[in-house]
Amino acid sequence: MIEIKIAVCIKQVPGTTEIKIDPQTNTLIREGIENIINPFDAYAIEEGVRIRERFSSGEVEVIALTMGPPQSREILKEAISVGVDSAILLSDRAFAGADTWATSTTLAKAINKIGDCRLIILGKQTLDGDTGQVGPELAQRLGIPFIGYASSILEINRNKMKVKRLMEDRYETFEINLPAAISVVKDINTPRVPSLRGKMKAKSVEIPVWDAKQLEADEDEVGLSGSYTQVVKIFTPKIKHEIKMIEGSPGEQVEQLYKELKELNVI
Amino acid sequence: MRYLLTEEQKMIVDICRQIVKDRIIPVRAEMDEKGIFPWEIIKEIGKSDLFRLFIPEEYEGMSTGIFEVCLATEELSRGDLSVAASYAASGLGLIPILIAGNEEQKKKYLPQMASGGKLAAFGLTEAEAGSDAGSIRTTASRDGDFYILNGTKQWITNGGEADIYTIFAMTNPEKGVRGASAIIVEKGTDGFEFGKKEDKLGIRASATRELIFTDCRVPKENILGSEGMGFIIAMRTFDQSRPAVGAQAVGVAQAALEEALNYSKVRKQFGAAISSFQAIQHMLADMATNIEAARALVYHAAKVIDSGEKNVTRLSSMSKIFASDMAMKVTTDAIQIFGGYGFMKEYPVEKMMRDAKITQIYEGTNQILRNVVALDMIKRGVL
Amino acid sequence: MEIKVNEETCTGCNLCKKVCLYDAIEIVDGKAVINENCVFCGACIEVCKLNSIEITGLKEEQKDFSDYSGVCVYLEANGDRIADVGFELVSEGKKLADQLGVKLSAVAIGSSIEKSALEAFQYGLDKLYFIDSPVFSDNLDDIFAKALVQVITRYKPEIFLAGATWFGRTLIPKVAAILKTGLTADCTGLAIDEEKKILLQTRPTFGGNILATIITRNARPQMATVRPHVMEKKKIMEDKGDYKDRIEYIEIDEKKFKSKYKLLGIEKELNENINITDYDVIVSGGRGLGGSEKFSMIKELAGLLGGVVGASRAAVDSGWISYPHQVGQTGKTVNPKLYIACGISGAIQHLAGMQTSDIIIAINKDPSAPIFKVANYGIVGDIFEVVPMLIKRLRDGKPLV
Repeated sequence: MIEIKIAVCIKQVPGTTEIKIDPQTNTLIREGIENIINPFDAYAIEEGVRIRERFSSGEVEVIALTMGPPQSREILKEAISVGVDSAILLSDRAFAGADTWATSTTLAKAINKIGDCRLIILGKQTLDGDTGQVGPELAQRLGIPFIGYASSILEINRNKMKVKRLMEDRYETFEINLPAAISVVKDINTPRVPSLRGKMKAKSVEIPVWDAKQLEADEDEVGLSGSYTQVVKIFTPKIKHEIKMIEGSPGEQVEQLYKELKELNVI
Repeated sequence: MRYLLTEEQKMIVDICRQIVKDRIIPVRAEMDEKGIFPWEIIKEIGKSDLFRLFIPEEYEGMSTGIFEVCLATEELSRGDLSVAASYAASGLGLIPILIAGNEEQKKKYLPQMASGGKLAAFGLTEAEAGSDAGSIRTTASRDGDFYILNGTKQWITNGGEADIYTIFAMTNPEKGVRGASAIIVEKGTDGFEFGKKEDKLGIRASATRELIFTDCRVPKENILGSEGMGFIIAMRTFDQSRPAVGAQAVGVAQAALEEALNYSKVRKQFGAAISSFQAIQHMLADMATNIEAARALVYHAAKVIDSGEKNVTRLSSMSKIFASDMAMKVTTDAIQIFGGYGFMKEYPVEKMMRDAKITQIYEGTNQILRNVVALDMIKRGVL
Repeated sequence: MEIKVNEETCTGCNLCKKVCLYDAIEIVDGKAVINENCVFCGACIEVCKLNSIEITGLKEEQKDFSDYSGVCVYLEANGDRIADVGFELVSEGKKLADQLGVKLSAVAIGSSIEKSALEAFQYGLDKLYFIDSPVFSDNLDDIFAKALVQVITRYKPEIFLAGATWFGRTLIPKVAAILKTGLTADCTGLAIDEEKKILLQTRPTFGGNILATIITRNARPQMATVRPHVMEKKKIMEDKGDYKDRIEYIEIDEKKFKSKYKLLGIEKELNENINITDYDVIVSGGRGLGGSEKFSMIKELAGLLGGVVGASRAAVDSGWISYPHQVGQTGKTVNPKLYIACGISGAIQHLAGMQTSDIIIAINKDPSAPIFKVANYGIVGDIFEVVPMLIKRLRDGKPLV
């Protein structure tokens, strides 16, 4: 008897720390970038699996979900290789171009279709979009509480959980009723390495694909059409590759540095 | 260069590489310096099913061959030989149960080993019995339903950390080597204690300890095979385990080569990367060639064992001799390429050399193994 | 809705394929073909010199938003003080409001924060909506969201801005979702499109490698969060003291503000073993610090920037700080938005762990230190002079020279 069903929402992203800029054209060089599981999501998956390990066999079921093009199936297989029970791919051309709102619409429909999910776990943000908004928006769509930046799940049962969240300079511990959604920080665990059995299962497993029709989603509510925000311009900032040595008295140096950083919007 | 590996074998390699990258490399220098036993990593290896490999499926294993164990051992050794040695030594402790254990013993011990929470160890060496293994003095005298063990084992890998020990003791001292028996002793048995942890040149994170038996009573059911079979069990165990020592050597040498190659490309002297100098190029080429030759021999030995061939002593010993001598040479040369930096603890190559040394010594010194190879050859011909 | 390549004009020049981060473009028979991996990010449209790519079939409803007016800023409180980011947004909001010719308002919600909130008037605020109640003494997302939604639906600002603090980043998406409107996270630039009178929200994505300008379509208010320290706060008038007629005290029915979150406790001290990879700003100290007590200034600088403390292996090995803070091959690999290396020479092991950071600043007295090879900005100087000055500059907000 499944006591707690957990949905883990993950995303495939281009591994951006590798991105290089062509200095001549000031454009990105895509070559050599591999698609990877969003690094923060690995912690979400691990936490789902660890919650299951707190209970007896068969009491907790962990399902991985992703919305994306067909090739996103790969990250669902990775999730299975590290221990999630099953996975669902939400894929349809109509889902493309979704902002965080339309993404949460699609995920909410899928979670309702799965039914009786007591806990939804997400990574704190994605490497590409970098917003961290899907979690709270999804929770709101589902009408359930959301705790961001969860750093420890102290207690959990079917109806309640005690969870600690990390803020800039403190921890806050909450008790909330389930169902609920949380996003996790890296502090929460260390994701495991895949197991051989897990990899073999991932190789052979059939991953169901749900499209807009199966989710009973109108074209107008998903993807770019269902988004409230739209990208109107994309450009590359002037990246300064060479080192800029800042000269002068210490006061002048600090003032200059401060200005440069302001200009780059890093402080 | 990747050998023609099956899907499953590639998965084993991938898993090990991830463990090495994420879990081993970040902590290996600290573990080495402080001599910290790598339990966290061993547990991760367990969760990844790597302890299941050559254990039969009916005992919750995955029924692979020795070849797969060698693949895993080689890859782990690229990260840290202490980890690989602890992993391989657990296998060494289990092989006697696989070879000579009865159904009940297998059912009792193999599943708990397969799931990876526990380690095994192999207890043969004594202060006066190294290469001359036949002269062990630890005794196991029968007393009703028990054997009573007395004596001290020395330099036992995984000593103190393992839960299950395969101990070789004299049940009939007058018979010499034919009087030795293999007995399973569990940690926590009364009269079974551990001596001090050795402070070593290399594989410093692995546990090497004395096992001290003082009127230690072990149930008679724990004997493997029958009385007097101990020495045969030990030798047959080594036949199967030695390619894994070769794999350790190949792994650590590979790691040293990778470090040396990378360093040679970034280190500049006389205005050029040192990799552009022929003296360095030839060293790198020789290192790579020797590693490849050793790997081929190790893999071949493992595959011959897995084919079910009975007379594997010679090949198994050759793979260990060749690979370990190669590893000593390659790791030393790696330091040479690093120059003064290689001698410093800032870089990992000095540790690799210290670690590599043990592969020439344990599970039969390369000298005693040359005797074994020569005697087998004289007896059975070149083949 | 689809994305199309005009086959007439496309020359198969490969530019679009090169910029696509999603592997969604192939060149087939000399023409670009967009496949199912496309996420409609628009990077290819931007780069195409022949304007051969367009997104079509996107329905544009012409909704009437004329009843939405003004710019509104959320003044997030931290204890009994308004966080600086609130004042920064008032300064920024003032510019936007002036451009649009509309009023600038702000919302403050909390307990005993009135004194601090009034300061916002000096940054150019026209109106303050103020909710003062003890129910808001803790950060309980749901009741804060409810209060903000009440204010926004009552006063209908066309633009709503909030700080991208950790609390803001969990609270504001909730508000946007209740209001059913768009929200752009972590903006670094805001501007008004003169013609359309809409908010242009610019933000970095892909680890700062790309900037995207985003608009809110078919919904109001246009909502954005902005990172602390990004906008300049600037007092534009003297404290007049009497703001009574410009404050609207909003009474709430406290019974209706019962949180579903039960706060069990707050720990003010972060765990010593904190995972530093969770943070966008890391300030690291190395051998040059000379001792554990000097880490307090590194900690202070990190705190001011909303970041955490990192360390080189030398500092950790010397026992000045614990191992979880170590950055490098034998420690953590980090790629924060900002990495400041103080008194770190930059051994290869250290560089391996931090060189993919977006912006690297190196402060070291040795001009030949290898750290300068990977840094974007270098200061050759004494960290015991430079770091305290930087702290002062950030804390006081006043130019040093």
